[in-house]
Amino acid sequence: MRTIRNGLVLALGITMTALGATACGGGGDNTPPAAGPNEHVDLTLATFTEFGYEALIPEYERLHPNIKITHRKTGQGGPYHQDLITKLAAGSGLADVAAVEEGHLSDVLDKGSKFNDLSKIGPADASPDRWLGWKYDAAKTKDGKVIGYGTDIGPLAMCYRKDMFQAAGLPTDPEAVKPLFATWDSYFAAGADYVSKTKGKAWFDSASQNFNAMVNQLPQGYIGSDDKLAVESNQGIKDAWTKVTDAVAKGESAKLTAFSNEWNTGFKQGAFATKVCPAWMLGVIKEQAGPENAGKWAVTAAFPGGGGNWGGSYLTVPTQSKHPKEAAELAAWLTAPEQQIKAFQAKGTFPSQVKALSDPALLSQTDAYFGGAKVGELFAEQAKKVQKPQYKGPGDGQIQENAASPALQAVEQGKSAADGWQQLVDSAKKITR
Amino acid sequence: MTVIDKKIAPGGSKAGERTSPRPTFRHKLSRWDVKVSPYLYVAPFFIVFGVVGLFPLLYTAYVSLFKWKAGSDDPDFIGFDNYKELVGDGQFWNALTNTVSIFLLSSVPQIIMAIMLAALLGSRLRGATGWRVGILLPYAASLVAIGIIFANLFGPKYGLINGVLQTIGLDPVDWQASRFGSHVAIAIMVNWRWTGYNALIVLAAMQAIPKELHEAALIDGAGTWRRFWNVTLPLLKPTLIFVIITSTIGGLQIFTEPKLFDALPGSNNGGSTNQFQTVTLYLYQSAFENYNLGYASAIAWVLFVIIVLIALVNFFLTSRLAHTPAVKKK
Repeated sequence: MRTIRNGLVLALGITMTALGATACGGGGDNTPPAAGPNEHVDLTLATFTEFGYEALIPEYERLHPNIKITHRKTGQGGPYHQDLITKLAAGSGLADVAAVEEGHLSDVLDKGSKFNDLSKIGPADASPDRWLGWKYDAAKTKDGKVIGYGTDIGPLAMCYRKDMFQAAGLPTDPEAVKPLFATWDSYFAAGADYVSKTKGKAWFDSASQNFNAMVNQLPQGYIGSDDKLAVESNQGIKDAWTKVTDAVAKGESAKLTAFSNEWNTGFKQGAFATKVCPAWMLGVIKEQAGPENAGKWAVTAAFPGGGGNWGGSYLTVPTQSKHPKEAAELAAWLTAPEQQIKAFQAKGTFPSQVKALSDPALLSQTDAYFGGAKVGELFAEQAKKVQKPQYKGPGDGQIQENAASPALQAVEQGKSAADGWQQLVDSAKKITR
Repeated sequence: MTVIDKKIAPGGSKAGERTSPRPTFRHKLSRWDVKVSPYLYVAPFFIVFGVVGLFPLLYTAYVSLFKWKAGSDDPDFIGFDNYKELVGDGQFWNALTNTVSIFLLSSVPQIIMAIMLAALLGSRLRGATGWRVGILLPYAASLVAIGIIFANLFGPKYGLINGVLQTIGLDPVDWQASRFGSHVAIAIMVNWRWTGYNALIVLAAMQAIPKELHEAALIDGAGTWRRFWNVTLPLLKPTLIFVIITSTIGGLQIFTEPKLFDALPGSNNGGSTNQFQTVTLYLYQSAFENYNLGYASAIAWVLFVIIVLIALVNFFLTSRLAHTPAVKKK
């Protein structure tokens, strides 16, 4: 009986402890003062995939003995951003410095009030002229707050299979192929030509890859500057749709959804002759096409419709941070040209900083897999061709992923272009409801 | 104390007990102990269930009455508007149709196959244990790994299955594009994983059937098939009800297989025209991609009600069917 009584007390004790543990202290939301120069500060940094910061963090800690950095790395971008938005909503749990990918930037800009204005709290050397103009401007909210420092970018070029071009009687030299990739019209016309010469071989991997680049080049995207859906009112989107679905009808698409297993196999099988190629895509091609296809792929400093960007990220400092000033200093240091070059050498993240783009380490970089092409110089040239950033309203990224891409996939699976367009419009309306 | 009493007054007269008019504190405590202890022993389950089961269920119902965007500071109370919208939402009905279709395509063959397998495993086999463990292997393998492998096998262009179809002179099927084709492919994935698991449960029930019944039937001249139909099946009824209800609950919540079947990695669309988007996939998309927590909660509750209803219907149907064993004249 005694043991039972003790057990009772124990059970009550455990229950009380458990209840006590779940009570959590609410944090104050007024901006705390900056720590003194020798005060110990713990900072957290959250990134996804590969930013190339592994060697830089210890270096920063050496330079600032009072600062200890915890680096949280997530493998995949998708879950990382879901977690980011959820924690923004919850009002706690975010790192002091949080990376945001360009495709998710519109959702974050929409919640600009939850981020610090880096143009106000950041160090003086992180001035706008550090970055390419379009990169810096893209992280501005509607009321002019700068919520992120640019890390890397994905300037667009064209990759193509030299051996397949030769077999179809097309030029193969990177300079000689440029006219084919001058405009979207010339690109799709060359594709139709290629299909007929090769008796039905595909020109590009999937319609969605081209359509995204085309829409990104327009002055206005899916969402107008008034944050209203502009899919139906924006003639440019409709024109891009018509061009790309016509190309599908002519058999130019290999109908392989980007990043799917079949797409990966398509690289090995030589299922398509050209590919929209942001800087980071070279690594993907190398990995998927494999050593047996070395030297067959080439890349040229041309892109239909001028230039474009696909990918790249920003470092933000959420207002949740207890040490916003120190966090902004860390973000500024990591995105300085010197550090970005090191990150580029570590993981191939292409710099968005003007000075880094003329760095000898970058300009001298060649890629043997692509026939020794001077890829550093080539993409630096492409980065400078990018126009001013298109305004990305809330829901823009979702429309691309869950309205435009599936609609184009449906057309590739046999839906008519008109029905596909209706599907895109309906889905976009549903998303922005 | 009572022990000492017993020693003094043999014969076990209870008179001595009545003489103590007021119960001591220890006495009270022990009575209390008898009354309360059992509740305390079962409390952990109910506390855990309350925290991780019941509370989320009720809180989801509460959230479903709001227009609740993740990140918004003050959600608007809108009553049953989410449910009204759901009734008129074509995508929800499409998802529900897909879910039921995949559920039927998987559960029906699965349970029939599980009974057949159990009957085979129950007969005299060499290395019976090996076979029994063998059919459980698909269940032990990682669901994600299975999903990725099957998505590869069903690849429209480079998939092994289409390769085989073409080798034997048939047309390849675009498993991801066609609605029915994708449902069949996903159902095969589900069956691959669960058939063996259910077969073992049915087998355990078969083993429990008294041998005498079978012997009696044998003496009466019943053949193997007749004995299976008139002895085994009726006695399997409780187990079958259990298996059918658990696969209903599981089947209507199918999520991982269709998510991994999509060509677009990580997509929650369930194909280019939502042709294999299930209700849970749509729920997930509403909550964590569109951040409409209120709407997603409404979907969750409707799904909960549907599962309960279908499980009840199942229960009644199964008990009716098993009550009247069909006598087949062969």
